[in-house]
Amino acid sequence: MRLLQHSAGIVQAALAVALLAVASLTAVVSANDPVRADDGGDDYASPLEVELSRDGALLYVLCQQSNEVRVLNAANFAVIKKIAVGRVPRGFSLSPDGARLFVANSWDDTLSVIDTKKLEVIATWPVGAEPSSVVEDNAGKSLFVANRISNDVAVLNAQTGVEEKRLLAGRGASYLTLSPDGGRIYATHIYPNPPRVSSDADNRRAPESEITVIDAARAVVIDRMPLHAIAGVFHLAFSADGRLGVVAEYHPKNLIPLAHLEHGGAFAYTLTLFGADVGTASVEIPLDELERYAARPFAVAIAPDKSRIYVSCAGSETVIVIDLPRLLRFIHTHPHPASGSFEQDLSASGNYVIARIDVGHDPRGLALSRDGRRLFVANRLDDSISVIDTRNNRVVSAITLDGPKNISSLRHGEQTFYTARYSFQGQIGCATCHIDSTFDGITWDLEPDGFGRDIVDNKILEGVKDTEPYKWNGGNPSIPVECGPRTEKYFWRSETYDNLTLADLAVYIRALPPRPNRWRLASGEQTPAQERGEAIFTRAVDRFGKPIPEANRCSYCHSGPKGTNQKLFDVGTRKSTDNSGLLKSAPLTNVALTAPYLHDGSAHTLEEIWTVYNSDDKHGRTNDLTKDELNDLVEYLRTR
Amino acid sequence: MKKLHLIALLLLAATTALAARAPVSGARKSHVAHAASRAAQELPRFRFENFTTANGLPDNHVYAVLVDGNRIWAGTNDGLGLYENGKWTIFTTKDGLAHRAVLSLALDKRTGDVWAGTMGGLSRISGGRIDSFTQLNSGLSNDVVYGISVEGENVWVATAAGACRLNTRTNQWSLYNERNTPMVEIWVYAVSAAPDKVYYAVWGSGLLEYTQKTGHWDKYDDPDGENELVLFKDQGLIHEIVTSVSYVDSIVWAATYFGASRYDGRYWHNFLAKDSGLPSNFINTVKGVDATRAWFGTDKGLAYYDGLNWAVYRPSLRDGTPEMTVRDANGKVTPVAVTTAPAHNYILGIDFQDGDLWVATAKGLTHGIRIN
Repeated sequence: MRLLQHSAGIVQAALAVALLAVASLTAVVSANDPVRADDGGDDYASPLEVELSRDGALLYVLCQQSNEVRVLNAANFAVIKKIAVGRVPRGFSLSPDGARLFVANSWDDTLSVIDTKKLEVIATWPVGAEPSSVVEDNAGKSLFVANRISNDVAVLNAQTGVEEKRLLAGRGASYLTLSPDGGRIYATHIYPNPPRVSSDADNRRAPESEITVIDAARAVVIDRMPLHAIAGVFHLAFSADGRLGVVAEYHPKNLIPLAHLEHGGAFAYTLTLFGADVGTASVEIPLDELERYAARPFAVAIAPDKSRIYVSCAGSETVIVIDLPRLLRFIHTHPHPASGSFEQDLSASGNYVIARIDVGHDPRGLALSRDGRRLFVANRLDDSISVIDTRNNRVVSAITLDGPKNISSLRHGEQTFYTARYSFQGQIGCATCHIDSTFDGITWDLEPDGFGRDIVDNKILEGVKDTEPYKWNGGNPSIPVECGPRTEKYFWRSETYDNLTLADLAVYIRALPPRPNRWRLASGEQTPAQERGEAIFTRAVDRFGKPIPEANRCSYCHSGPKGTNQKLFDVGTRKSTDNSGLLKSAPLTNVALTAPYLHDGSAHTLEEIWTVYNSDDKHGRTNDLTKDELNDLVEYLRTR
Repeated sequence: MKKLHLIALLLLAATTALAARAPVSGARKSHVAHAASRAAQELPRFRFENFTTANGLPDNHVYAVLVDGNRIWAGTNDGLGLYENGKWTIFTTKDGLAHRAVLSLALDKRTGDVWAGTMGGLSRISGGRIDSFTQLNSGLSNDVVYGISVEGENVWVATAAGACRLNTRTNQWSLYNERNTPMVEIWVYAVSAAPDKVYYAVWGSGLLEYTQKTGHWDKYDDPDGENELVLFKDQGLIHEIVTSVSYVDSIVWAATYFGASRYDGRYWHNFLAKDSGLPSNFINTVKGVDATRAWFGTDKGLAYYDGLNWAVYRPSLRDGTPEMTVRDANGKVTPVAVTTAPAHNYILGIDFQDGDLWVATAKGLTHGIRIN
């Protein structure tokens, strides 16, 4: 109950922010533009994942916004119980025996353990930073938890919840799958891994990701399957016989200008297939077709008889149905490109995609009934579950989760953010690059500055309110300008927003709260290193007693609660491809999470900002610092 | 008073030395011969098989060796070698290794990750992926990483510019140097970490002890100061130039370029070539088996101490033929006929594989296969 009250408080706060934002937007957009009065309905459930009980009688629905698991009768969809869990739950799974349901609460770093007979939380265990997925091994010995921020998989004693160790996973570790034989756990991650070998050209490289393979019994990493040119890897599923693994992913094309949308030049959305059915090497196959992209594939389900693969495409708001035998035939009869990827062949999907089923806004989790006849789809931004009859690939019913009947401005803005419908051929949406409203860890070449000019690192959005001007060069004065004319013209290259939609989108972006900072102590105090680091951040005199000019102090440009004075500076990082050396001082909100750094992503770590790219002390006076002191400064910055 | 004390100690040392060299009686001779024979029989004997570039090793100059179950990692001057199922896999800077020269290796037994200290940073090898930390891209104190030890979630690192610790859970670096420890010199050669204590071998600054529970640092120095005379043998660390340390079963084994030491938390026992089975006082590495047994890598061969007796394994200094000698508790040296020897006398690294031994030398990697 306390959690519910707490959640309600957050919602109220967000609502207040949204109302204020709407009020301010009226001035920014146009005095005559219609701005929807907020209807006050913001208490949404936002179903993110679904899972059926082992006997198929119950449907568990993970509700991200209402911080609960809803238990439905899987036959008539009546709500049996609402179970409050932690903040912003992101993943859940049943224990192999079905007796316990584990919920990963991403914002309070806990696991909720639900007894599926009592339908109540029987334990809450602390885990790592931003737990996003959880699975138990078949022996009931260990729990594996993917931690998005700490980029690892924690191994917990499944009975006591005590953490035993953490295994290095990919950056932004988020989704876990137990192999059908229970022998292995597969972990995916949403941000590309940092480069293995550092070089000057590293900020212009294709992303590299991996599938981390863990031996479930020994709880050690035994393999890392490389995913070349992939960033944004989501759910992975196996066929029941374990011979086929399928993972949903994005294939960004960040080495060419983003202007090439009409040539299929921004993203491909693909599946990587691996296992005995495919052969010794994995194969990447596209979901897109020429006129219709499969934006933001998220979840995968494979029919028990291996006749079909189902993929939820959150940006396209569809579920794609693949004829699996035809897909395997395609793979085995077509010569494989040298890269192992068919992603450039937009005619390929015609060989195996047999249906695209329209569902609700931002469809995410999938659950297939044991007989394979019913597919449940969690429509996160519609508060509904689509039920698909897999015999005719039609939505036969939509389970509503009794949320608010009206769509608030905030909600409408969120729907706009997560859809790809506005872009040419439905290729991209805001959330394609700002995964889960964050960032993607990739540098891009955007058109407005000229092809090959002004390579820029994609920035995090949380806490972006009141940090204008936007863009690295400060070229956009407000969020409506950033999201409106600029995005429509240069990104979407298709349909424009109406004023109401643009206003709501801005409301949503302005309301994005920063996630909890994991480096701050719960007591509010600082560690000795953080304290020393803050003294360096605010110092006015260098090691030799020489005054540091105001504009060369960390705390001048990165002032205020968000760490920016919103002005432009030349910090000596201009490259030959940059049109100007003047850059807006970047906000520091959760700066520890947002590598790479500097405007063009040249610095792979916070340390490199000063050890590699500040030889002239233009980015703050730092060359007098010892290594200990630089480490202290980094420790402090992580608390911002 | 000080002078008198010094004279008394010198007399005591001279008496002890004379006693050690005194002839033995007939009955004692028999006992000694029997003991020597038994020692020769009981001390471990090996068939040594050597790896060089001729059979797959990345480079013949091997700085470090690490046993990871059935996998053997070799840190060489030109890459990291992994020997598995009879084949070598070589990792280089192209794979993400921080530098081609790998000086030190450590295994995280919980996760299976291998940590490699190089001339250009610290690398983590995890499930085939290599991530590297340098003094530029991380909080690592210096790129020359001489030693590593993994304990729990912490990786303890010895570098050419101080010691440091990486917490793999928080990614926080803690640096230890002359500013926050009793370290005088910051050239740190080796580290050995356990749940209770962490020991650092510091070149020219003795042995540093960190108590995990309290976070307190302590320092052990040579009571003779920095001179090369051993005036106070067994009164403390044998020498300030400490090259290696191994903390096992609550016992510290320390190697220096001027002898070796064993410390049990209260008493020191030191070993010199002149009064032990050490083939040389110039010791590159020590690895304790337990509280009583240890292996020593010197510039003149590989030595083993079982608490009483010593064995030395090496190519003969005279002609390079395989040689094994046993020195029993009474100082009697007995040659043992052998047909194989380690690849070279200059020993840089040692690790154990059940009863077997793996040895890093200046001219190849050696697998000692136990035969008794």
